[in-house]
Parts: sequence; structure tokens; C-alpha cells
Amino acid sequence: MPPMLDLRDVRKTYPNGTDALKGVSLRIEQGEILALLGPNGAGKTTLISIICGISTMTAGSVEVGGHDVATDFRAARQLIGIVPQELSLDPFARVGNCLRLSRGLFGLPRGDSTIEGILKKLSLWDKRDNRVHELSGGMKRRVLIGKALAHEPKVLFLDEPTAGVDVELRKDMWRTVRDLKEQGTTIILTTHYIDEAEAIADRVGVISNGEILLVEETEALMHRMGRKEMIIELQEPVDEIPESLSAYGLRRGRNNRSLVYSYVSMAGKRPGITSLLTDISAAGFVLRDVQTRQSSLEDIFVDLLRDAA
Amino acid sequence: MNWFGILTIYRFEMARTWRTIWQSIVSPVISTSLYFVVFGTAIGGRITEVESVSYGAFIVPGLIMLSATMQSVSNASLAIYLPKFIGTIYELLSAPLSYVEIVIGYVGAAATKSLIIGLIILATAFLFVPLQILHPFWMLAFLLLTCLSFSLFGFIIGIWAKDFEELQLIPLLVITPLVFLGGAFFSVSMLPPAWQTVALFNPMIYLVSGFRWAFFGLADVSPGISLTAILGFTGLCMGVVWWIFRTGWRLKT
Repeated sequence: MPPMLDLRDVRKTYPNGTDALKGVSLRIEQGEILALLGPNGAGKTTLISIICGISTMTAGSVEVGGHDVATDFRAARQLIGIVPQELSLDPFARVGNCLRLSRGLFGLPRGDSTIEGILKKLSLWDKRDNRVHELSGGMKRRVLIGKALAHEPKVLFLDEPTAGVDVELRKDMWRTVRDLKEQGTTIILTTHYIDEAEAIADRVGVISNGEILLVEETEALMHRMGRKEMIIELQEPVDEIPESLSAYGLRRGRNNRSLVYSYVSMAGKRPGITSLLTDISAAGFVLRDVQTRQSSLEDIFVDLLRDAA
Repeated sequence: MNWFGILTIYRFEMARTWRTIWQSIVSPVISTSLYFVVFGTAIGGRITEVESVSYGAFIVPGLIMLSATMQSVSNASLAIYLPKFIGTIYELLSAPLSYVEIVIGYVGAAATKSLIIGLIILATAFLFVPLQILHPFWMLAFLLLTCLSFSLFGFIIGIWAKDFEELQLIPLLVITPLVFLGGAFFSVSMLPPAWQTVALFNPMIYLVSGFRWAFFGLADVSPGISLTAILGFTGLCMGVVWWIFRTGWRLKT
């Protein structure tokens, strides 16, 4: 079976000479959730626009489900649903009609029961006769998702799906994404929120300056690049780290009231926490609190971008 | 062909017409009635007949052409400009629709709407003046071709326009003057000889003349030339639309 999405050396140069994409190659298997992370202007939206037919590419090829987006655009686009970043909706259209329009444009007959199912799942059923401009921002976002799902796509692109969305709706959105994955839908989402990628993505792709820096399984990436820190808060401030603790590479934390111990997590190395704590109390420190903190994908991301720069 | 897709664009565009029925259909009828009252009475009182046709009847084809061209351009340009403006164009571009299908949907709906308006104005005209239509088939053919070609033209303007001002620019600054000077309210033969030559450079002359010929059998230029002119204009617009979609000009980045 061909990969659901196969990008080969996709390049995009704007007429003003800006290289938005500098040869992106990417394969995404069916049923996968891939999160594309990257700063503003990295090329995430450009990449999605090219795959979906909204932008043209300067060079390279894109296949969706084995269909070339240029030569076999009907078959390719039939498989794709897209949720844009902007809340682009006809303000005077009714919610139900928005979905019907989308379905119709993809050449499918009415399918009222399908649309009812989608509206219910997105908690929009009660709003089906409301006009779009009467809805809140979060609800509009749902309508966009509903439109993208109206023709039952096999690949769903979510461009910043949770930008400006409240916590509850975000959780809702994640649930929807997981449900879709269970039904076999392939999902590509772009995001600034790293915890989002961490929470739902199978793989993470980091894109910066028009290039893919890496694509790796989320867990493996966390494993490979993750760090752990233990913060030992003390009753009394510490002026100098005693000689007996030098082997641990400790540094002093805020207001000199804590000691910070960094260690690589899950990498098979013994962190030696027990001996550290024993040695700390032997050095005469009184502990107030102990916390551990695992580096998030965000830290990894920042590190990666710094390395790339 | 994605027939359902075409039908969907057409249906939703027509639905927009019914949703804005006052603006879409009633207002052109009212403004045309005003033309009748003002021009028919004021000028018709002095010029009773033009080439054996009463002045009131003489201006009917020109009035219909005035509305049909204006409406076609404004309907079609707005129809494609709005999705660009509010951003919903992404859906059109990412749907499995070829550009021919998109054009059929939008231009078809805009042309239908202006055809309906043209026919309503014709029906309204019967209330004001006694009318004869010598060549009903050619009357309809000219009207339909005008609606189609000017809807295509409007579609191009809608894609070209970057803001609402540009959207209004061509209809107000080019089309209205050309129709007014294109023999909607007079016969070219009424002009001094020098101006008759100038008038022949106005493309609207051919349109209005052919359409008037279908009513009364009298024309400033031969109906064959009129037909050729309008077919040529349609072909030209089709060529431009084809180029727009091939290059993605002002549609795709």
C-alpha cells in the first residue's frame, strides 16, 4: 500500500525570491497523526496549501493515497479535508448549509444522515439553523472542522486547530482527533502548542525556515532528547555547594534556596537519586521540598531550533 | 465532470439571490421603471418616434441591455470576490473541481439571475408601452449571450479586484457610460456624421443594435455583425478566464 502522503523534494519560491520551502520530503502512513511544529513563517501553512491545491509548488511532487496532486487532482483532493487557520466562513450562511455546501463541492449527494452525525459529534446539532455570525469563535472553529469532514476525507489537515480556543474546546478537539484516528483517518496538524503535539501526535516533524529539521516518533524524541531535573528546596539558603556534593554537578536555584540536579531521563543511566539525597542530608542541609521536572517537547524544540540556527 | 459540484455552486449562488431578493431583483425593476417614467415622459414628449417606433418602446431594448450588463457584471464579480474577501475561496480551490466547473457554476448562476431580471424588466415594459417582438428567438439569444458574456467579464473583474473599490470601478466607470453612449436611448443615425463614426468604436452599439433589431427589425449595424461582436467578446472573456486559472493569477499564491 502506498503511503497516505508522499512528498518529494517540494520547493516553493515566491515571485519576490523568498524560498518558503527548500525541498521538503515527507512520508506519512495511513492512520498516523503527525504534528508539524515550527515558528511563525516556517512554511507550515505553505506546505499544507500546496498539498491541498490552494498554492502551487515551484518544484517537487506530492502524492495523496498514490494520486499525484497535479496530474490526478480529483482523486487526490477527494481524499483530503482541510481546516484552515483563519475562521473563513460565510457569516450569513446557516451552519447546516455550510456543511452541505462542502459536501456538494466534493461531488457527493446530500447525505443528511452523515451531516447530522458530524454535527452531533461536534456539538453543533443544536446550532444547525443558526447563522455563522451568531456563533462564538470556538463554535466557528467547529463548523470549519465539520466542513472539512463533510465529504468523509481520509486525510485531515488541521492548521493551528486550537489557536485561540479555550481549554475545554481544546480537549474536545483532541478527543475528536483521536476518534478520527481510530476510524483510520490520517491527521496532519500544525501547532505552536507543543503540549498539543506531545498529547496527541504519533510523530513530530519540526520545520523551520522552509526545511524539515527532523521527523521522529514523539516518544522516541522525548526519550532521546528529554532531560530531567530534580529541584531540592532547602530550609536555609546555601552560599556554596560543598565539596562532598561536587560529583553530582549541582547548581544553585532561585535565591540560593534550592539545589538543582539535572540528569538524563530514561536513558538507562542510574540517576543516583538515593545517594544524592543521602549525601545532601549528610552535608547538613534540611530539605523543605523535592520536585522533579521533565523537559517538555517545548524545551526540545527550542534546543533544536537553536542548534539549527 | 463533477456535476454535483457544479450544481452545488449554482444552487448556493441562486440561494444568495433569493436571500437578497430586494437588492437582487426588486431594485433593478424599480430603477428601470424610473427610467421609463423620466426618459419616456421627458424626452418622449419631444421625440415621439424614432424610425416609426414610439420613443417609449424604442428605449426598451436599451434599458434591458443596461440592466442585463450591469447586473451580470456585478453579480458575477461579487460572487467570486466575496469568497476571496472572506477567505472561503480555500474550499473552492481544494475541492475536486476543475476551473471549467467552477466557472460554469458561478457564471451560470450570475447569468441566470440577470436573465431573470432582464425578462422581468421586459414584462414591466409591457405595462408602460405597447411592444412588438419581431424575432423572439433572436431576442432571447441576444439577451442570453449578453448575460453570459458579461457574467464572464464580471467573473474576471471579481478575480482581478483587490478591494471593493476596484470591484465597483469597471462597472461604474466603463460599462455604464458605454451603455448610455451605446445607443440605449437614441439611434446612431440621430448623431452628427462625425459622432456616428466615433460611436462605432463603442462595443455596446453592436449589442444594443442587435437586440433592438430582434424587437423592431431596425438596426444601426447589421445583426450579423452584432452577433459576431458578442460572440467575439464571449470568446475573449473565456480566453482570459482560461489564462487566469492556468496561472492561478490572483487566486493561488
